[in-house]
Amino acid sequence: MWLFLVSDTLTFSALLITYSYCRITNPDWPRPFPMYPAIVFSTSMTVVLLASSLTMVMAVMASQRNDRAATVKWMIATMFGGLAFTALHLREWFHLIEEGCTITHNPWGTPLFGAVFFGVTGMHMTHVMIGVIYLAIVAYGYGRGKFNAEDVEVNGLYWHFVDLVWMFVFPLIYLMSVKY
Amino acid sequence: MNTVAHGGDGQVHGASVGTNLAIWIGLVAITGLEVFLAYEELQPTLMLTILVGLSLVKAAMIMSYFMHLKFEKFSLVLWLVPSMIFCIMMMMIFFYPEAFRLLHMRPH
Repeated sequence: MWLFLVSDTLTFSALLITYSYCRITNPDWPRPFPMYPAIVFSTSMTVVLLASSLTMVMAVMASQRNDRAATVKWMIATMFGGLAFTALHLREWFHLIEEGCTITHNPWGTPLFGAVFFGVTGMHMTHVMIGVIYLAIVAYGYGRGKFNAEDVEVNGLYWHFVDLVWMFVFPLIYLMSVKY
Repeated sequence: MNTVAHGGDGQVHGASVGTNLAIWIGLVAITGLEVFLAYEELQPTLMLTILVGLSLVKAAMIMSYFMHLKFEKFSLVLWLVPSMIFCIMMMMIFFYPEAFRLLHMRPH
């Protein structure tokens, strides 16, 4: 799992460096994120994802105590965090789409903004959804006795990675494009 | 390969609940600081440096405590971190001169 996470880190690094390159070299890059709803929603998403990381830590600690019931409950809480993040993020996406910003069109400037924004955040959201499915499979299997504590810990590594990526995406994409 | 520094002895290895909670509070506090700084209208290069710096601090906290790297064998850290840094630096080599060359060529 660590090797996969290193390769995925490089994937996201390439995406964020591409975003930085597009932004620096484009004179009409917009700053389309007002305090409400964009920054309020994205900050809430950050706190929700951090909370889900904490519940995953609790799940791993419970699995190390061989407490299967508590582990499954904490993993279900983590899944809820992931689903809440996705719901908030989709709502944030629709705010932009309603204003005319799509993957090929940007009403405030270069169309590259839409492509980069939806590309980077879409890639992250896909990872979150895959993480939720992974959590469901491991929680179900661990509860039935098919998986062990190490499987829960490896699952936790993936989930914390997803959170870690958002720690870079949120400031670079949202906070650097705040509308004053 | 089992690189996890614990066995199946039922004992918890790593940080306590209190420490993990403190790390979480620190992460939320740094997030709040980032949002506050976003509205301070700092010069973009300074803003970017501070945000990336704070993100790296948050990444180190998550990797050390939540991902348990602080409690693993140091050889795992040496195995993972330098290679990641090297590859990201290689990407930055192509980014740095070209992006700023095009920045200076932008119409004013």
